[in-house]
Amino acid sequence: MPVIDLATTPLRELNSALHNIQNGSNDLSFEVVNPRGSHSVAVGIDAPVTVDVKGSVGYYCAGMNDGGTVTVHGSAGPGVAENMMSGTVVIEGDASQYAGATGRGGLLVIKGNAASRCGISMKGIDIVVHGNIGHMSAFMGQSGHLVVLGDAGDALGDSLYEAKLFVRGSVKSLGADCIEKELRPEHLTKLAELLEKAGVSEVRPEEFKRYGSARKLYNFNIDNADAY
Amino acid sequence: MCGIVGLFLKDKSLEPELGALLSSMLVTMTDRGPDSAGIAIYGDASGNNAKITIQSANPKKDFAGLEAELGQAVGAPVTIQVKSTHAVITLAKDLLDTGKAAVSELRPNIRIMSSGDAIEIYKETGLPKDVVSRFAVNSMAGTHGIGHTRMATESAVTTLGAHPFSTGSDQCLVHNGSLSNHNNLRRELKREGMTFETENDTEVAAAYLTAEMAKGKNLGQALEGAVDDLDGFFTFVVGTKSGFGVVRDAIACKPAVMAETDQYVAFGSEYRALVNLPGIENARVWEPEPATVYFWDHQKVA
Repeated sequence: MPVIDLATTPLRELNSALHNIQNGSNDLSFEVVNPRGSHSVAVGIDAPVTVDVKGSVGYYCAGMNDGGTVTVHGSAGPGVAENMMSGTVVIEGDASQYAGATGRGGLLVIKGNAASRCGISMKGIDIVVHGNIGHMSAFMGQSGHLVVLGDAGDALGDSLYEAKLFVRGSVKSLGADCIEKELRPEHLTKLAELLEKAGVSEVRPEEFKRYGSARKLYNFNIDNADAY
Repeated sequence: MCGIVGLFLKDKSLEPELGALLSSMLVTMTDRGPDSAGIAIYGDASGNNAKITIQSANPKKDFAGLEAELGQAVGAPVTIQVKSTHAVITLAKDLLDTGKAAVSELRPNIRIMSSGDAIEIYKETGLPKDVVSRFAVNSMAGTHGIGHTRMATESAVTTLGAHPFSTGSDQCLVHNGSLSNHNNLRRELKREGMTFETENDTEVAAAYLTAEMAKGKNLGQALEGAVDDLDGFFTFVVGTKSGFGVVRDAIACKPAVMAETDQYVAFGSEYRALVNLPGIENARVWEPEPATVYFWDHQKVA
Protein backbone atom coordinates (compact mmCIF):
# COMPACT_ATOMS: atom_id res chain seq x y z
CA MET A 1 0.00 0.00 0.00
CA PRO A 2 1.50 3.37 -1.00
CA VAL A 3 2.10 5.64 1.99
CA ILE A 4 2.36 9.31 1.10
CA ASP A 5 3.98 11.59 3.66
CA LEU A 6 2.82 15.12 2.99
CA ALA A 7 5.66 16.45 5.19
CA THR A 8 8.07 15.37 2.43
CA THR A 9 5.93 14.76 -0.68
CA PRO A 10 4.21 17.63 -2.50
CA LEU A 11 0.41 17.44 -2.49
CA ARG A 12 0.35 17.48 -6.29
CA GLU A 13 2.19 14.13 -6.36
CA LEU A 14 -0.49 12.56 -4.15
CA ASN A 15 -3.32 13.86 -6.29
CA SER A 16 -1.54 12.91 -9.54
CA ALA A 17 -1.01 9.38 -8.23
CA LEU A 18 -4.72 9.15 -7.41
CA HIS A 19 -5.71 10.51 -10.85
CA ASN A 20 -3.37 8.18 -12.76
CA ILE A 21 -4.75 4.89 -11.47
CA GLN A 22 -5.25 2.56 -14.43
CA ASN A 23 -7.94 -0.06 -14.83
CA GLY A 24 -6.84 -3.31 -13.20
CA SER A 25 -4.30 -1.66 -10.90
CA ASN A 26 -3.63 -3.48 -7.64
CA ASP A 27 -2.54 -0.40 -5.71
CA LEU A 28 -5.98 0.76 -4.69
CA SER A 29 -5.30 1.63 -1.05
CA PHE A 30 -3.42 4.78 -0.10
CA GLU A 31 -2.38 6.08 3.28
CA VAL A 32 -1.65 9.79 3.71
CA VAL A 33 0.33 10.87 6.76
CA ASN A 34 1.18 14.34 8.11
CA PRO A 35 -1.60 16.22 6.29
CA ARG A 36 -1.23 19.07 8.86
CA GLY A 37 -4.27 20.93 7.58
CA SER A 38 -3.27 20.83 3.88
CA HIS A 39 -5.81 21.99 1.33
CA SER A 40 -7.28 19.89 -1.50
CA VAL A 41 -6.13 16.51 -0.19
CA ALA A 42 -7.42 13.67 -2.43
CA VAL A 43 -9.53 15.83 -4.73
CA GLY A 44 -10.83 14.64 -8.07
CA ILE A 45 -10.66 10.89 -7.46
CA ASP A 46 -12.46 8.99 -10.24
CA ALA A 47 -11.55 5.37 -9.42
CA PRO A 48 -12.61 2.96 -6.66
CA VAL A 49 -9.60 3.73 -4.44
CA THR A 50 -9.42 3.85 -0.67
CA VAL A 51 -7.56 6.74 0.95
CA ASP A 52 -6.90 6.91 4.70
CA VAL A 53 -5.75 10.34 5.85
CA LYS A 54 -4.08 10.19 9.27
CA GLY A 55 -4.68 13.65 10.68
CA SER A 56 -6.65 16.84 10.01
CA VAL A 57 -7.10 18.42 6.60
CA GLY A 58 -7.83 21.95 5.37
CA TYR A 59 -10.12 23.20 2.61
CA TYR A 60 -11.85 21.05 -0.02
CA CYS A 61 -10.66 17.57 0.97
CA ALA A 62 -12.10 14.85 -1.29
CA GLY A 63 -13.81 17.40 -3.50
CA MET A 64 -15.50 16.08 -6.67
CA ASN A 65 -14.96 12.51 -5.44
CA ASP A 66 -16.30 9.97 -7.96
CA GLY A 67 -16.20 6.45 -6.59
CA GLY A 68 -13.41 6.72 -4.01
CA THR A 69 -13.58 5.99 -0.29
CA VAL A 70 -11.79 8.68 1.68
CA THR A 71 -11.53 8.55 5.47
CA VAL A 72 -10.09 11.47 7.41
CA HIS A 73 -8.85 10.33 10.82
CA GLY A 74 -9.07 13.87 12.16
CA SER A 75 -11.11 16.97 11.36
CA ALA A 76 -11.80 18.63 8.02
CA GLY A 77 -11.75 22.30 7.02
CA PRO A 78 -14.29 24.13 4.83
CA GLY A 79 -15.81 22.47 1.77
CA VAL A 80 -15.08 18.81 2.48
CA ALA A 81 -16.51 16.49 -0.23
CA GLU A 82 -17.80 19.48 -2.15
CA ASN A 83 -19.54 18.42 -5.36
CA MET A 84 -19.09 14.69 -4.67
CA MET A 85 -20.45 12.54 -7.54
CA SER A 86 -20.29 9.08 -5.93
CA GLY A 87 -18.31 7.11 -3.36
CA THR A 88 -17.93 7.62 0.38
CA VAL A 89 -16.21 10.23 2.51
CA VAL A 90 -15.95 9.71 6.27
CA ILE A 91 -14.72 12.39 8.69
CA GLU A 92 -13.88 10.92 12.09
CA GLY A 93 -13.74 14.37 13.73
CA ASP A 94 -15.58 17.62 13.00
CA ALA A 95 -16.18 19.30 9.66
CA SER A 96 -16.08 23.02 9.00
CA GLN A 97 -18.42 25.09 6.84
CA TYR A 98 -20.33 23.86 3.75
CA ALA A 99 -19.51 20.17 4.06
CA GLY A 100 -20.91 18.23 1.09
CA ALA A 101 -21.96 21.41 -0.74
CA THR A 102 -23.57 20.84 -4.17
CA GLY A 103 -22.92 17.08 -3.86
CA ARG A 104 -24.60 15.06 -6.60
CA GLY A 105 -24.24 11.58 -5.13
CA GLY A 106 -22.36 9.33 -2.75
CA LEU A 107 -22.32 9.32 1.04
CA LEU A 108 -20.67 11.81 3.40
CA VAL A 109 -20.44 10.74 7.04
CA ILE A 110 -19.31 13.23 9.70
CA LYS A 111 -18.79 11.52 13.04
CA GLY A 112 -18.34 14.76 14.96
CA ASN A 113 -20.17 18.05 14.37
CA ALA A 114 -20.56 19.97 11.14
CA ALA A 115 -20.51 23.77 11.04
CA SER A 116 -22.75 26.14 9.08
CA ARG A 117 -24.19 25.49 5.60
CA CYS A 118 -23.75 21.72 5.74
CA GLY A 119 -25.19 20.33 2.51
CA ILE A 120 -25.83 23.74 0.97
CA SER A 121 -27.34 23.31 -2.52
CA MET A 122 -27.12 19.50 -2.22
CA LYS A 123 -28.19 17.79 -5.44
CA GLY A 124 -28.41 14.08 -4.62
CA ILE A 125 -25.73 13.43 -2.01
CA ASP A 126 -26.58 11.66 1.26
CA ILE A 127 -25.06 13.25 4.37
CA VAL A 128 -25.14 11.69 7.84
CA VAL A 129 -23.86 13.80 10.77
CA HIS A 130 -23.47 12.04 14.11
CA GLY A 131 -23.29 15.35 16.02
CA ASN A 132 -24.80 18.79 15.41
CA ILE A 133 -24.95 21.01 12.33
CA GLY A 134 -24.69 24.81 12.11
CA HIS A 135 -26.91 27.51 10.67
CA MET A 136 -28.22 27.68 7.08
CA SER A 137 -27.70 23.96 6.51
CA ALA A 138 -29.25 22.45 3.36
CA PHE A 139 -29.92 25.96 2.05
CA MET A 140 -31.41 25.53 -1.47
CA GLY A 141 -31.05 21.75 -1.14
CA GLN A 142 -32.42 20.14 -4.30
CA SER A 143 -32.27 16.41 -3.70
CA GLY A 144 -30.62 13.81 -1.49
CA HIS A 145 -30.83 13.23 2.27
CA LEU A 146 -29.39 15.07 5.25
CA VAL A 147 -29.55 13.03 8.46
CA VAL A 148 -28.55 14.73 11.73
CA LEU A 149 -28.37 12.78 14.98
CA GLY A 150 -27.82 15.92 17.05
CA ASP A 151 -29.26 19.44 16.79
CA ALA A 152 -29.57 21.85 13.86
CA GLY A 153 -28.80 25.60 13.97
CA ASP A 154 -30.81 28.52 12.61
CA ALA A 155 -32.63 28.59 9.27
CA LEU A 156 -32.49 24.89 8.47
CA GLY A 157 -33.50 24.18 4.87
CA ASP A 158 -34.00 27.79 3.80
CA SER A 159 -35.37 27.94 0.22
CA LEU A 160 -35.38 24.16 0.09
CA TYR A 161 -36.40 22.22 -3.02
CA GLU A 162 -36.70 18.42 -2.77
CA ALA A 163 -33.85 17.42 -0.43
CA LYS A 164 -35.14 15.43 2.56
CA LEU A 165 -33.92 16.47 6.00
CA PHE A 166 -34.08 14.27 9.12
CA VAL A 167 -33.10 15.71 12.50
CA ARG A 168 -33.14 13.75 15.76
CA GLY A 169 -32.42 16.65 18.10
CA SER A 170 -33.74 20.19 18.23
CA VAL A 171 -33.92 22.63 15.33
CA LYS A 172 -33.15 26.21 16.34
CA SER A 173 -35.28 27.62 13.52
CA LEU A 174 -36.55 26.63 10.09
CA GLY A 175 -35.64 28.70 7.03
CA ALA A 176 -38.12 30.18 4.56
CA ASP A 177 -40.43 27.58 3.01
CA CYS A 178 -39.07 24.70 5.15
CA ILE A 179 -41.67 22.80 7.21
CA GLU A 180 -41.91 19.68 9.33
CA LYS A 181 -43.42 16.79 7.41
CA GLU A 182 -44.89 13.41 8.19
CA LEU A 183 -42.41 10.54 8.64
CA ARG A 184 -43.95 7.85 6.42
CA PRO A 185 -42.90 4.16 6.17
CA GLU A 186 -40.77 4.77 3.07
CA HIS A 187 -38.84 7.45 4.98
CA LEU A 188 -38.27 5.09 7.92
CA THR A 189 -36.92 2.49 5.52
CA LYS A 190 -34.60 4.99 3.86
CA LEU A 191 -33.43 6.32 7.24
CA ALA A 192 -32.67 2.81 8.50
CA GLU A 193 -30.63 2.17 5.36
CA LEU A 194 -28.66 5.43 5.69
CA LEU A 195 -28.00 4.90 9.41
CA GLU A 196 -26.69 1.43 8.74
CA LYS A 197 -24.44 2.63 5.92
CA ALA A 198 -23.10 5.37 8.19
CA GLY A 199 -22.25 2.92 10.97
CA VAL A 200 -24.89 4.20 13.37
CA SER A 201 -26.42 1.65 15.72
CA GLU A 202 -28.72 1.99 18.72
CA VAL A 203 -30.55 4.88 17.08
CA ARG A 204 -34.02 4.16 15.72
CA PRO A 205 -35.44 5.91 12.62
CA GLU A 206 -38.59 6.73 14.63
CA GLU A 207 -36.53 9.12 16.78
CA PHE A 208 -36.16 11.61 13.90
CA LYS A 209 -38.40 14.33 12.55
CA ARG A 210 -38.60 14.97 8.83
CA TYR A 211 -38.36 18.43 7.26
CA GLY A 212 -38.95 19.40 3.68
CA SER A 213 -40.10 22.11 1.32
CA ALA A 214 -43.57 23.64 1.59
CA ARG A 215 -43.13 24.23 -2.17
CA LYS A 216 -44.59 27.70 -1.97
CA LEU A 217 -41.50 29.56 -3.08
CA TYR A 218 -39.83 27.56 -5.75
CA ASN A 219 -42.06 28.76 -8.51
CA PHE A 220 -42.47 32.50 -8.34
CA ASN A 221 -45.96 33.56 -7.40
CA ILE A 222 -46.65 37.22 -6.83
CA ASP A 223 -48.89 36.38 -3.85
CA ASN A 224 -45.81 35.04 -2.03
CA ALA A 225 -43.61 38.08 -2.68
CA ASP A 226 -43.59 39.00 1.02
CA ALA A 227 -42.04 35.67 1.95
CA TYR A 228 -38.91 36.13 -0.16
CA MET B 1 -9.02 36.62 2.42
CA CYS B 2 -6.57 37.78 5.14
CA GLY B 3 -5.11 35.49 7.79
CA ILE B 4 -5.39 35.93 11.53
CA VAL B 5 -3.44 34.24 14.27
CA GLY B 6 -3.54 34.67 18.02
CA LEU B 7 -1.95 33.01 21.02
CA PHE B 8 -2.83 33.52 24.67
CA LEU B 9 -0.48 31.69 27.01
CA LYS B 10 -1.65 30.18 30.27
CA ASP B 11 1.64 28.41 30.99
CA LYS B 12 4.37 30.87 32.03
CA SER B 13 7.11 28.52 30.86
CA LEU B 14 6.05 29.17 27.24
CA GLU B 15 6.37 32.96 27.56
CA PRO B 16 9.96 33.19 26.23
CA GLU B 17 8.73 31.38 23.08
CA LEU B 18 5.70 33.56 22.34
CA GLY B 19 7.35 35.50 19.50
CA ALA B 20 8.71 32.37 17.85
CA LEU B 21 5.38 30.51 18.06
CA LEU B 22 3.40 33.50 16.74
CA SER B 23 5.89 34.10 13.92
CA SER B 24 5.58 30.52 12.75
CA MET B 25 1.76 30.79 12.83
CA LEU B 26 1.88 34.07 10.91
CA VAL B 27 4.24 32.89 8.18
CA THR B 28 2.00 29.84 7.59
CA MET B 29 -0.85 32.27 6.80
CA THR B 30 1.14 34.07 4.05
CA ASP B 31 -0.99 32.75 1.21
CA ARG B 32 -4.12 34.20 2.84
CA GLY B 33 -2.55 37.67 2.76
CA PRO B 34 0.79 38.58 1.19
CA ASP B 35 0.26 42.37 1.08
CA SER B 36 1.35 43.24 4.60
CA ALA B 37 1.75 41.74 8.02
CA GLY B 38 1.57 42.94 11.58
CA ILE B 39 1.91 41.62 15.05
CA ALA B 40 0.98 42.87 18.51
CA ILE B 41 2.90 41.40 21.43
CA TYR B 42 1.96 41.88 25.07
CA GLY B 43 4.99 41.73 27.33
CA ASP B 44 5.42 41.90 31.06
CA ALA B 45 3.23 44.69 32.46
CA SER B 46 4.18 44.27 36.12
CA GLY B 47 6.76 47.09 36.37
CA ASN B 48 6.28 50.83 36.68
CA ASN B 49 7.12 51.55 33.06
CA ALA B 50 4.91 52.07 30.02
CA LYS B 51 5.74 51.75 26.33
CA ILE B 52 5.06 53.72 23.17
CA THR B 53 5.72 52.02 19.83
CA ILE B 54 6.47 54.52 17.08
CA GLN B 55 7.03 54.15 13.34
CA SER B 56 8.78 56.36 10.84
CA ALA B 57 9.19 56.27 7.07
CA ASN B 58 12.59 57.86 7.64
CA PRO B 59 13.87 56.18 10.80
CA LYS B 60 17.51 57.31 10.54
CA LYS B 61 16.54 60.95 10.61
CA ASP B 62 13.54 60.76 12.92
CA PHE B 63 14.99 58.50 15.61
CA ALA B 64 18.38 60.28 15.81
CA GLY B 65 18.69 62.21 19.04
CA LEU B 66 15.09 61.50 20.01
CA GLU B 67 16.01 59.76 23.26
CA ALA B 68 17.76 62.84 24.68
CA GLU B 69 15.21 65.32 23.31
CA LEU B 70 12.28 63.32 24.64
CA GLY B 71 13.93 62.85 28.04
CA GLN B 72 14.35 66.58 28.28
CA ALA B 73 10.75 67.23 27.17
CA VAL B 74 9.20 64.95 29.80
CA GLY B 75 11.76 65.83 32.47
CA ALA B 76 12.80 62.25 33.18
CA PRO B 77 15.00 59.64 31.54
CA VAL B 78 13.47 57.57 28.71
CA THR B 79 14.98 54.75 26.68
CA ILE B 80 14.44 54.09 23.00
CA GLN B 81 15.07 50.76 21.36
CA VAL B 82 15.13 51.06 17.57
CA LYS B 83 13.98 48.11 15.46
CA SER B 84 14.12 48.90 11.74
CA THR B 85 11.30 51.38 10.98
CA HIS B 86 9.86 51.05 14.48
CA ALA B 87 11.12 52.04 17.90
CA VAL B 88 9.89 51.31 21.40
CA ILE B 89 10.04 54.14 23.91
CA THR B 90 10.06 53.06 27.55
CA LEU B 91 9.16 55.63 30.17
CA ALA B 92 7.51 55.90 33.57
CA LYS B 93 3.80 55.00 33.54
CA ASP B 94 2.65 58.39 34.79
CA LEU B 95 4.51 60.09 31.92
CA LEU B 96 2.75 58.14 29.15
CA ASP B 97 0.39 60.90 28.00
CA THR B 98 3.02 63.62 28.33
CA GLY B 99 5.43 61.40 26.38
CA LYS B 100 2.95 60.80 23.54
CA ALA B 101 2.26 64.51 23.22
CA ALA B 102 5.99 65.28 23.27
CA VAL B 103 6.71 62.69 20.53
CA SER B 104 4.04 64.22 18.28
CA GLU B 105 5.49 67.68 18.87
CA LEU B 106 9.16 66.75 18.45
CA ARG B 107 8.64 64.54 15.40
CA PRO B 108 5.34 65.37 13.68
CA ASN B 109 6.02 62.77 10.95
CA ILE B 110 6.29 59.87 13.36
CA ARG B 111 3.27 57.59 13.74
CA ILE B 112 2.34 56.21 17.12
CA MET B 113 1.48 52.54 16.56
CA SER B 114 0.48 51.69 20.11
CA SER B 115 0.89 52.73 23.69
CA GLY B 116 0.25 51.15 27.05
CA ASP B 117 1.79 49.10 29.83
CA ALA B 118 2.35 45.91 27.84
CA ILE B 119 1.63 46.29 24.12
CA GLU B 120 4.11 46.65 21.25
CA ILE B 121 2.91 46.67 17.61
CA TYR B 122 5.05 46.04 14.54
CA LYS B 123 3.53 46.23 11.09
CA GLU B 124 4.75 46.85 7.57
CA THR B 125 3.92 46.06 3.97
CA GLY B 126 5.62 43.02 2.49
CA LEU B 127 5.66 39.29 3.02
CA PRO B 128 5.02 38.05 6.58
CA LYS B 129 8.39 36.25 6.74
CA ASP B 130 10.21 39.50 5.90
CA VAL B 131 8.17 41.50 8.38
CA VAL B 132 8.79 39.11 11.29
CA SER B 133 12.52 38.90 10.57
CA ARG B 134 12.83 42.68 10.17
CA PHE B 135 11.52 43.18 13.69
CA ALA B 136 13.11 40.04 15.18
CA VAL B 137 9.68 38.92 16.41
CA ASN B 138 11.10 35.40 16.80
CA SER B 139 13.12 36.38 19.84
CA MET B 140 10.34 38.28 21.63
CA ALA B 141 8.84 37.06 24.87
CA GLY B 142 5.34 37.86 26.09
CA THR B 143 2.11 36.68 27.64
CA HIS B 144 -0.15 36.89 24.57
CA GLY B 145 -0.16 38.28 21.06
CA ILE B 146 -2.06 38.51 17.80
CA GLY B 147 -0.97 38.74 14.19
CA HIS B 148 -2.43 39.43 10.77
CA THR B 149 -1.51 38.82 7.15
CA ARG B 150 -3.42 41.18 4.91
CA MET B 151 -5.00 40.81 1.50
CA ALA B 152 -6.16 44.39 1.04
CA THR B 153 -9.80 44.95 0.08
CA GLU B 154 -11.26 48.08 1.67
CA SER B 155 -8.25 50.43 1.66
CA ALA B 156 -4.73 51.00 0.39
CA VAL B 157 -1.70 48.76 0.87
CA THR B 158 0.30 50.96 3.22
CA THR B 159 2.02 50.52 6.56
CA LEU B 160 -0.83 52.26 8.32
CA GLY B 161 -3.39 50.15 6.48
CA ALA B 162 -1.78 47.02 7.92
CA HIS B 163 -3.28 45.40 11.00
CA PRO B 164 -3.33 45.32 14.04
CA PHE B 165 -5.10 48.61 14.72
CA SER B 166 -4.71 50.14 18.14
CA THR B 167 -7.07 52.94 19.13
CA GLY B 168 -6.79 52.76 22.90
CA SER B 169 -4.20 52.05 25.57
CA ASP B 170 -3.09 48.39 25.41
CA GLN B 171 -5.94 47.62 22.98
CA CYS B 172 -5.65 46.22 19.49
CA LEU B 173 -7.78 44.48 16.90
CA VAL B 174 -7.23 42.41 13.75
CA HIS B 175 -9.95 41.66 11.22
CA ASN B 176 -10.71 39.26 8.42
CA GLY B 177 -13.64 40.43 6.33
CA SER B 178 -15.06 43.76 5.25
CA LEU B 179 -17.47 46.16 6.91
CA SER B 180 -20.20 47.89 4.92
CA ASN B 181 -21.25 50.64 7.35
CA HIS B 182 -17.81 51.89 8.31
CA ASN B 183 -18.15 55.34 6.70
CA ASN B 184 -21.29 56.18 8.62
CA LEU B 185 -19.91 54.75 11.84
CA ARG B 186 -16.69 56.72 11.37
CA ARG B 187 -18.72 59.94 11.14
CA GLU B 188 -20.59 59.09 14.33
CA LEU B 189 -17.42 58.18 16.19
CA LYS B 190 -15.72 61.41 15.05
CA ARG B 191 -18.64 63.28 16.53
CA GLU B 192 -17.95 61.48 19.81
CA GLY B 193 -14.35 62.67 19.68
CA MET B 194 -12.50 59.68 18.20
CA THR B 195 -9.73 60.43 15.69
CA PHE B 196 -8.78 58.34 12.65
CA GLU B 197 -5.52 57.93 10.77
CA THR B 198 -6.75 55.93 7.76
CA GLU B 199 -9.77 55.22 5.58
CA ASN B 200 -9.60 51.60 6.72
CA ASP B 201 -12.78 49.80 7.83
CA THR B 202 -10.91 47.90 10.53
CA GLU B 203 -9.74 51.07 12.22
CA VAL B 204 -13.42 51.97 12.61
CA ALA B 205 -14.10 48.65 14.36
CA ALA B 206 -11.16 49.21 16.72
CA ALA B 207 -12.32 52.76 17.45
CA TYR B 208 -15.88 51.53 18.01
CA LEU B 209 -14.68 49.13 20.72
CA THR B 210 -12.51 51.82 22.33
CA ALA B 211 -15.44 54.26 22.37
CA GLU B 212 -17.81 51.66 23.85
CA MET B 213 -15.31 50.78 26.57
CA ALA B 214 -14.82 54.48 27.32
CA LYS B 215 -18.56 54.53 28.10
CA GLY B 216 -17.94 51.96 30.83
CA LYS B 217 -18.51 48.64 29.04
CA ASN B 218 -16.01 45.86 29.49
CA LEU B 219 -14.51 44.28 26.37
CA GLY B 220 -16.99 41.42 26.39
CA GLN B 221 -19.95 43.84 26.41
CA ALA B 222 -18.32 45.98 23.71
CA LEU B 223 -17.85 42.92 21.50
CA GLU B 224 -21.48 41.95 21.99
CA GLY B 225 -22.47 45.44 20.85
CA ALA B 226 -20.25 45.03 17.78
CA VAL B 227 -22.37 42.11 16.61
CA ASP B 228 -25.39 44.45 16.44
CA ASP B 229 -23.77 47.70 15.35
CA LEU B 230 -21.23 46.60 12.75
CA ASP B 231 -22.62 45.59 9.38
CA GLY B 232 -20.62 43.29 7.15
CA PHE B 233 -18.42 40.25 7.42
CA PHE B 234 -15.98 39.93 10.22
CA THR B 235 -13.90 37.65 12.32
CA PHE B 236 -12.24 39.84 14.95
CA VAL B 237 -9.47 38.89 17.31
CA VAL B 238 -8.75 41.50 19.96
CA GLY B 239 -6.11 41.97 22.61
CA THR B 240 -6.20 43.93 25.85
CA LYS B 241 -3.60 44.34 28.58
CA SER B 242 -4.39 40.96 30.06
CA GLY B 243 -7.07 39.57 27.75
CA PHE B 244 -7.72 37.94 24.41
CA GLY B 245 -11.10 37.87 22.64
CA VAL B 246 -12.72 36.49 19.49
CA VAL B 247 -16.03 37.33 17.82
CA ARG B 248 -17.58 36.57 14.42
CA ASP B 249 -20.60 38.15 12.73
CA ALA B 250 -23.91 36.29 12.58
CA ILE B 251 -23.32 34.96 9.05
CA ALA B 252 -19.84 33.74 10.03
CA CYS B 253 -18.53 33.01 6.55
CA LYS B 254 -15.01 34.15 7.44
CA PRO B 255 -13.09 31.14 8.69
CA ALA B 256 -11.94 30.62 12.28
CA VAL B 257 -10.47 27.73 14.23
CA MET B 258 -9.62 27.71 17.91
CA ALA B 259 -7.60 25.35 20.06
CA GLU B 260 -7.24 25.15 23.82
CA THR B 261 -4.90 23.14 26.04
CA ASP B 262 -3.74 23.56 29.64
CA GLN B 263 -0.89 25.67 28.23
CA TYR B 264 -2.62 28.08 25.84
CA VAL B 265 -5.59 29.26 23.81
CA ALA B 266 -4.82 29.68 20.11
CA PHE B 267 -6.67 31.15 17.16
CA GLY B 268 -6.06 30.64 13.45
CA SER B 269 -7.93 31.40 10.24
CA GLU B 270 -7.05 27.84 9.32
CA TYR B 271 -5.97 24.76 11.25
CA ARG B 272 -2.66 24.87 9.33
CA ALA B 273 -1.63 27.89 11.43
CA LEU B 274 -1.89 25.83 14.61
CA VAL B 275 -0.05 22.64 13.64
CA ASN B 276 3.33 23.63 15.09
CA LEU B 277 1.98 24.47 18.55
CA PRO B 278 3.09 22.15 21.36
CA GLY B 279 0.54 19.47 22.22
CA ILE B 280 -1.83 20.45 19.39
CA GLU B 281 -2.57 16.75 18.77
CA ASN B 282 -4.38 16.57 22.09
CA ALA B 283 -5.87 20.07 22.13
CA ARG B 284 -9.60 20.76 22.13
CA VAL B 285 -10.12 22.18 18.64
CA TRP B 286 -13.37 23.89 17.64
CA GLU B 287 -14.92 26.45 15.34
CA PRO B 288 -16.24 29.53 17.17
CA GLU B 289 -20.01 29.98 16.85
CA PRO B 290 -21.41 32.98 14.95
CA ALA B 291 -22.36 36.11 16.95
CA THR B 292 -20.79 34.63 20.07
CA VAL B 293 -18.12 36.35 22.16
CA TYR B 294 -15.17 34.28 23.41
CA PHE B 295 -12.85 35.90 25.92
CA TRP B 296 -9.94 34.89 28.12
CA ASP B 297 -8.22 37.03 30.74
CA HIS B 298 -4.97 36.43 32.60
CA GLN B 299 -6.46 38.06 35.67
CA LYS B 300 -9.17 35.39 35.69
CA VAL B 301 -6.86 32.51 34.77
CA ALA B 302 -4.32 33.41 37.48
